[in-house]
Amino acid sequence: MIRYTLKRFLSLCISLAVASLLIFFVIEIAPGDPASFMLGINAQPDTVAALRAELGLDVPKFERYLAWTQGMLTGDFGMSYTYRTPVSQMVADRLWVSLPLALFALALSTIIALPAGIYAAARRGKTGDVAVMSATQLGVAIPNFWFAMMLVLIFAIKLRWFAGGGFAGWDKGLGAVLWSLTLPAISLALPQAAILARVMRSALLDVMNEDFMRTARAKGLTTTQTLWKHGLRNALIPVLTIIGLQFSFLLAGGIIIEQVFYLPGLGRLVFQAISARDLIVVESVVMLLVFAVIVVNFAVDLAYAAVDPRLRART
Amino acid sequence: MKHFVSRLALASALSVASLAAHAANTDITVAMQLEPPHLDPTSAAAGAIDSVLYSNVFEGLTRFMGDGSVVAGLAKSWDISDDGLVYTFILHDNVLFHDGSTMDAEDVQFSLNRARANDSTNAQKALFAGITDVTALDAATVVITLDAPNGNFLFNLAWGDAIIVAPESIEGIKQAPIGTGAFKFANWVQGDKIELIRNDAYWGTPAVLENVTFKFISDPTAAFASVMAEDVDAFVGFPAPENLPQFEADPRFQVLVGSTEGETILSTNNKMPPFDNVKVREALAHAIDRQAIVDGAMFGYGTPIGTHFAPHNPAYVDLTGISAYDPELAKKLLAEAGFADGFETTLHLPPPSYARRGGEIIAAQLAQVGIKAQITNVEWAQWLETVFRGKDFGLTIVSHTEPMDIGIYANPEYYFQYDNPAFQELMTNLNATTDPEARTALMGDAQRMISGDYVNGYLFQLAQLSVAKAGVQGLWTNAPTQATDLTAVSWAD
Repeated sequence: MIRYTLKRFLSLCISLAVASLLIFFVIEIAPGDPASFMLGINAQPDTVAALRAELGLDVPKFERYLAWTQGMLTGDFGMSYTYRTPVSQMVADRLWVSLPLALFALALSTIIALPAGIYAAARRGKTGDVAVMSATQLGVAIPNFWFAMMLVLIFAIKLRWFAGGGFAGWDKGLGAVLWSLTLPAISLALPQAAILARVMRSALLDVMNEDFMRTARAKGLTTTQTLWKHGLRNALIPVLTIIGLQFSFLLAGGIIIEQVFYLPGLGRLVFQAISARDLIVVESVVMLLVFAVIVVNFAVDLAYAAVDPRLRART
Repeated sequence: MKHFVSRLALASALSVASLAAHAANTDITVAMQLEPPHLDPTSAAAGAIDSVLYSNVFEGLTRFMGDGSVVAGLAKSWDISDDGLVYTFILHDNVLFHDGSTMDAEDVQFSLNRARANDSTNAQKALFAGITDVTALDAATVVITLDAPNGNFLFNLAWGDAIIVAPESIEGIKQAPIGTGAFKFANWVQGDKIELIRNDAYWGTPAVLENVTFKFISDPTAAFASVMAEDVDAFVGFPAPENLPQFEADPRFQVLVGSTEGETILSTNNKMPPFDNVKVREALAHAIDRQAIVDGAMFGYGTPIGTHFAPHNPAYVDLTGISAYDPELAKKLLAEAGFADGFETTLHLPPPSYARRGGEIIAAQLAQVGIKAQITNVEWAQWLETVFRGKDFGLTIVSHTEPMDIGIYANPEYYFQYDNPAFQELMTNLNATTDPEARTALMGDAQRMISGDYVNGYLFQLAQLSVAKAGVQGLWTNAPTQATDLTAVSWAD
């Protein structure tokens, strides 16, 4: 287990280093100067030069890369060009919106998907299965922002149960926060739940054809008992993989949902930063998301090993 | 079912609570599309900064009113020497900054010198270029000396880039601005909202509103939902003109349709062949159906223009007739210029919908006369780099939102590269003239000259569209500068 963990950890470090290089230079190559963007079309050249100096943009690219990566190791991402506040603080503020939203959506998606997938697998070929599969087909096909707009139309504009968007703020308490995140979380969760339910179903069906399942039946367990005691545990590996991928997607992929519900989250920060050429913010957030994806994958790898002892033995 | 009922009860309790808040009639939530990058109006071009702070938190010596006129601000009165070179401003007494310190002549001296300094990062530094000296004569008197008479000087001082700040609050100005206005900055949740509270120690007429919240909602669909769900009380600069008829039909809301200072033009690279030929530019002007663009791209909101000047300005001359829509004439002119078969060019479109939607229509209209315009969509930063600074473009669509900016045509280095010594002389004369009638005449001449030279394709004046709850009164209908002046806003009973 220790060797397995170390090996995974090493590949994590290499991935991060390569990612930081790619992110920094690809983003820096894109045309557009943050200083002239900020000062607009009437600015005089000496004014732009003064702002570039103030922002530290007159330093060569490679030196800025080194400063950036060194700072990151200590948690210092530098200063935002446009907002002039520390990037780490901005990201932390936004994480307080995006992280609960992603977790909320992931919880919803899992709560909906696992029972639905298990139910469909148990009722394979029957009406219940067809109903669940049709619903998930629809869920996969419909984009989440369309769900979002429908939810707003019905629950915010017509019924007035929820606000049309916006974040309540943590000072209003957990209840208010969850309430304001409910519609966005549902719209994020539904398409994810549809995918997850399909994965759950097919994973279970695959397992059901395995020899050990027949053995379990032969030793006298009912279909339901074999499904719960032997099938589920073995079907969890692909499901865990998808949940891991979905979490990273939910954290980073909320951009459109955050726009539709005007939530001050990470996605919105990146969106604003890209249009303002606030490069250091874009680089840092993308780097952070890469970090999150890699760490989640690392955790999922470890979880495989926990679920499936064979993986531990093999490496 | 029980759950359902309790939700309903909660929802109705919430709406009762919001009704109670409005009964007090002193709170308002105003939404706008763009969030300010920071809160210093004197070191960025972003209009969103002024949209939140101008005249609410910060004030200058003079200020714009909603009708576009320039009136006294922190300066009570002024005297201009006969040669037009020396301005003596008398400041209001008892003006306090929000931190309790006194605003006096030294602060004015500091603010103007900071704006025109060598290392200044003021986006409109040119406004202060003519100043040779700023002296604080005593606490209430400032003397400003210019190197040449400038008929625009009082107007220039009204810009958000010329507001008065205190030297001791400069360091924190980007996050916690301290001004002299009727509202004090209270809180900023980045990405979400900015809150202001009433300044009870205000030197002038106090504001009626007590708490102001600015919300930033960039998505047009979300903007619609926020107003419909009554999450916000007003949306200034509403981004979805297609939804306005729905608000107009709803008695809960009022729609304000006004004008901005944004001349939306088909900017033409005057140095790039074939646009260096005035006949080609003339053909361009006649190939464009302005009303079709206003109807198609802006859902009918916007006034067609024939020159680079705001139609609501008293000095405006209606020159739309000079470039009337006439595709046959356009073809004839192109043939005369040697382009009977048309030609190919590029059309760079920045993000706003006036450009993206309008660009599609213009490209189709140009194709009718044989001009094939290759559309390239660009982000603002890219537009600034390639089009504005690199001058690497044939055509582009952009709204010039600065007030009274016809002077840009006197700069041959400006991105559309119009180089006409007669116009440059005209602008020098205009700047040197202070007599209002003579100025109006000169501004008329200037409008006619650029219109007759077909420098750019003049399209339409960008409309200012706002939606508010029916009870909100005192909002600006027009936008003579990018501001949301709430000092005179209140709720009707």
